[in-house]
Amino acid sequence: MEHWSPTSITDTGTQPHSVAARLARDPKVVCAGGFILFLILLAIGAPLIAPKDPLAQNLLMTTVPPVGFADAEPGFLLGTDGLGRDVLSRVIFGSRVSLTVAFVAAGLACLIGSLLGLMAGFLGNVVDALISRLVDVWMAFPPVLLSILLVALLGTGLHSVIAAIVVIDWTRFCRVVRTETMGQAQMDYVVAARTIGFSRPSILFREIFPNVVPVLIALLTLEMGIAVVVEAILSFVGLSVSSDTPTWGGMIAEGRQIVHEAWWVLAAPLAALFATVVAFNQIGDGLARSLDPVLRR
Amino acid sequence: MLLAIVVNRLAMALVTLAGVAVVVFVLLRVVPGDPVAMMISPGAGPADIAALKAHYGLDAPLLTQFWIWIKGVVTGDFGISITLHVYVTEVLASRLPATIELAVLALIVAVILGGGIAVAGTLMRRTVGEAAIDGLNSILLAVPDFIWALALVLIFAVALPVLPLTGRIDPALAQGFATKFYLAESIITFRFAVAGNIASHMAMPTLALALPLAAVIVRLLKQSLKEAMVQDYVLLARIKGFRELHLVLQEALRNAVGPTLALTGVQFTFLIGGTVIVERIFAYPGIGNLAIDAVINRDFPLIQGLVLLFGLIFILINIGVDLTVATLNPRLRHA
Repeated sequence: MEHWSPTSITDTGTQPHSVAARLARDPKVVCAGGFILFLILLAIGAPLIAPKDPLAQNLLMTTVPPVGFADAEPGFLLGTDGLGRDVLSRVIFGSRVSLTVAFVAAGLACLIGSLLGLMAGFLGNVVDALISRLVDVWMAFPPVLLSILLVALLGTGLHSVIAAIVVIDWTRFCRVVRTETMGQAQMDYVVAARTIGFSRPSILFREIFPNVVPVLIALLTLEMGIAVVVEAILSFVGLSVSSDTPTWGGMIAEGRQIVHEAWWVLAAPLAALFATVVAFNQIGDGLARSLDPVLRR
Repeated sequence: MLLAIVVNRLAMALVTLAGVAVVVFVLLRVVPGDPVAMMISPGAGPADIAALKAHYGLDAPLLTQFWIWIKGVVTGDFGISITLHVYVTEVLASRLPATIELAVLALIVAVILGGGIAVAGTLMRRTVGEAAIDGLNSILLAVPDFIWALALVLIFAVALPVLPLTGRIDPALAQGFATKFYLAESIITFRFAVAGNIASHMAMPTLALALPLAAVIVRLLKQSLKEAMVQDYVLLARIKGFRELHLVLQEALRNAVGPTLALTGVQFTFLIGGTVIVERIFAYPGIGNLAIDAVINRDFPLIQGLVLLFGLIFILINIGVDLTVATLNPRLRHA
């Protein structure tokens, strides 16, 4: 079925398959997408799937190694941490915070950044100068330091973490969308729309914006990977959600402390974080790859 | 004109730095969180708190506080750290060399590693070797320094405990240094045993910072090299009978290195931003680790000084990159 989409305008027919069809044939993207889907299901179904209560301490069963190692306990597949809590259950529950941050923070950063980028790229002049200067100032902060600073000032908690990521990473979207918008604004179809007498907001949102969307989606996916890491870093420094909510970063921080006694407390959440970041990146790269020839034209 | 670029960029840099100063100052004052509340002992009364606030100038109106701070900054006085009770400039000066050594070493490692792999990949183009490098690199590109640092901890401090986990140097060896540039100084003075000890401490944080940058270099440089390898001048050299390695290193690399150089400069600022968390993980005594402590303790003068210092470093690197690119590109130089 041929439905209207920004890419179908520029598709000349030599590549009959939609972007989605091309993505579906990219094994890396399929694997990565499958993993993220699996993670989403895991996060939603955590109370049903996790074998144990992630908060239940068992001081008689501390630092039990994963199954397959000496002194392992059959009930604890990935072992237990310093307080005897089940590592596997904590990793499963930890995906909830990571994915929430990934989707909400990246989405909001995308929204704010692309709005400002569209304005800067389309309106130009003073607006562009102001927004570009603001981006320059923002880029002069080390992002990790700024996020820690923001969360320290806003107070810990999921909202602060999300706010910090949005406040820092809107610039990524702003810069790309601004450049993209400037390029699109020069194109014939925009000139045509101007000639016909379309209003400026109408040109911006109904003509230019749909052509910027493909780039945005690829960037958004990459940003989700970044957001997951930033949340983990904030948890690691002790500035994310409260300590009775399991997070990968929080587990990593605990694991780093007792790494010589119980390496698995660090290894398990680190592996989950690694896989998630790689998966988001593979999807983003795959999107960029399959959208690129369309955009170049 | 090179001079025009310098003047222009310096002027822009000043505006950006002023913006950074305003943002961090306002940020610290507007949002709740009282540094004095962190310092007082439990028995202190309101009078003690007021006295303490007056001592650090925190009782003056905001604009006055900003004016006093900016006047100080311009004259090189960043105030006194609330938690460490020494001049901020002194703290920064004693901690900055450790971070500079770490960042520069990581940059060197990244360039050698990334450059080497890119050249190897170019030599192996259209083979399984290249596909393997590309596949591995697409994963390397995704993994940030934070994850590398912890993975390295698992590998080199737990599985094969060969590297020290924390610090910059064995405390017993940390004597008799004239400067804070321990690694550079110990090499220049031929104290190689000491240099080796420092290098073993720096190995993991350096690698964690270098790997993401190396991955970026591999991708871009390999791409540029492959494009250069099909140019006429490489073909000519090949007809003349030069070996493949010579073609890549002598002919293609010279023409392909420009974009990578520019990108490496930009990425270097990200690397320096990454020192904040990597230094934390390895308890490395640089400004990044210091910054996290300063934020957690709400040490306003120290945070302000650190943020301005980071901003200054970022801007200087960017100017340096622009100048290098302009110097190397004759068209831009005369533009």
